[in-house]
Amino acid sequence: MTVESPAELTVRAPERAPAAPPAAEDPAGGAAIVTRGLTKRFRGGQVAVDGLDLTVPAGSVFGFLGPNGSGKTTTIRMLLGLVAPTGGTHELLGLPLARALPAVGAVVEGPAFYPYLSGSANLLRFDAANPAASGRDAARRVGRALERVGLSAAAGKRYRAYSLGMRQRLAIAAALLTPRRLLVLDEPTNGLDPQGTREVRALVKEIAGDGTTVFVSSHLLAEVEQMCTHAGIMSHGRLVAHGTLTELHAGRSARLRVETPDLAHAAGILASLGLADVRAAGEEVTAELGEHAPDRVNAELVRQGVAVRGLAVARPSLEEVFVGLTGEGFDVDG
Amino acid sequence: MSTAEALVLPATRTSVTWRLLRSELALTFRRPRNLVMMAILAAVPIIIGVVIRLVGSEGDAGGMIAQTAGNSLMLTVVSLFVLVPLLMPVAVAVVAGDAIAGEAGTGTLRYLLTAPAGRGRLLAVKYLNAVLFGLALTLTVATAALLTGLVLFPAGDVTLLSGTTISLGEGLLRVLAMVGYVAAGMAALAAVAVALSTFTEVAIGAIAATVVLIIVTQVLRAIPQLDWLAPYLLPTRWTGFDGLLRDPVPMSEIWQSLLAFGAYIVLFCSLAWARFTGKDITS
Repeated sequence: MTVESPAELTVRAPERAPAAPPAAEDPAGGAAIVTRGLTKRFRGGQVAVDGLDLTVPAGSVFGFLGPNGSGKTTTIRMLLGLVAPTGGTHELLGLPLARALPAVGAVVEGPAFYPYLSGSANLLRFDAANPAASGRDAARRVGRALERVGLSAAAGKRYRAYSLGMRQRLAIAAALLTPRRLLVLDEPTNGLDPQGTREVRALVKEIAGDGTTVFVSSHLLAEVEQMCTHAGIMSHGRLVAHGTLTELHAGRSARLRVETPDLAHAAGILASLGLADVRAAGEEVTAELGEHAPDRVNAELVRQGVAVRGLAVARPSLEEVFVGLTGEGFDVDG
Repeated sequence: MSTAEALVLPATRTSVTWRLLRSELALTFRRPRNLVMMAILAAVPIIIGVVIRLVGSEGDAGGMIAQTAGNSLMLTVVSLFVLVPLLMPVAVAVVAGDAIAGEAGTGTLRYLLTAPAGRGRLLAVKYLNAVLFGLALTLTVATAALLTGLVLFPAGDVTLLSGTTISLGEGLLRVLAMVGYVAAGMAALAAVAVALSTFTEVAIGAIAATVVLIIVTQVLRAIPQLDWLAPYLLPTRWTGFDGLLRDPVPMSEIWQSLLAFGAYIVLFCSLAWARFTGKDITS
């Protein structure tokens, strides 16, 4: 994990998150995406991405987070070769870009298809543009991809008549036409209803289960927390933190919350036990839990006669991590 | 899923390019807009034929019109003279100007490039597609004119513009040569339009710019003081196919025109390539 701004996170040895499947044999030493000093300065002088050092381990589900306008999409466009960086290097799957791309499926900034073609004709069109896909079994591939996202019934319908959710799913189907080692999804749940969002999440989990690395950008932190093993947080074109979710949470330790009428007494005990940042307010005492076991703390409180009405450990959400790192709110409306 | 499967490349680069070209041609020739343009242009020879048939029967028409009334092949020549200066170039400009800008406008360009079609390959396929559309358009117009001519006017030996007479068979060969000549001229225009298409994300902008260029060059051509410029302008060269109806055919002029088309193609394809391969795709 690297920390570039208010240094609150400790650097730890890389650790594989429990949910991550074993990485595929990879000549690049287990990294699906590596960027070094990746920078994009647009012609107007505006720096969209500033010295990005990012490593996405193979087999991970990597959440690429940040408010709208923080440089996520520009980064993704650079990774996919759509936009030329003005500085730094990047590598996908340890291969030169042209050779890596056939093994990379991508949804960039929402779906885009030919409105006058049917769903399956649209997929055939993009399949024809992939030099690693042969024309012979194209129809079978398209059928399978449509089935996977649940669009088989609408295969013959014109794209123009698709709903937003169907369009989003067709884009994912296009990204899944051939077997991929890396899937790049830029805001895949934008515009989806809760049911559609759940479906996409399930699909991402399933794809990751096959060993495919998934790189998913989002401005919805809660959503990423539910499906990712790793995350990187962008702010103003800079990567302010990245690592496994555990590491990110570790930086901002969980807080213990004790509900009790004996405020002062409880606060004193917590402080004497060595818990930091003890605060009492209303009917609650809170403190940083650190390495303490909450059950032991509770036992001690009760032993010394504190009436404990409730006790909880609040893990900070990624949003709180973000606010802590950047000192600013995570403005979803951007 | 096996990684090996993902990285297996089909036999040749040619087959990959051919598959993309076929997909491109299918898009072009199934798109209603393009089919309507072809149909309208194919209707022009029919209308001209019918009109000449009616006027010609009054026996007072002169020159090329009279020749048309006298021989079925001449309708093809007259039709091309009517269509080549503006209407056919506009139709070609619509397809060629749409090439890159149209994909950028709908956002499909980013998906074609991440597929990955490859920028050079995509541009080559787009250009080839526009050239083939120009050829198909010329063939369609010529075929419609030939069929109309055969129905409405007597077939037989053809009197050339220079007064000599050739057989119907040789006449057909010369019409075929004219089709090739006109298609080459449209290919030169397609290069200009595709180049303009790489500079914008609005297809109609590239199309309009090409049409404005055609009209401006037609105007420049009409100014006597700019006679020295005329040989370098595409519209001057386009109508040079009438040389194929003389005896002997002025081959040096024909070659010069084909060379001019080639120069336009090389110049504007290079421009398009330089622009497109270095462009940031932000659409």
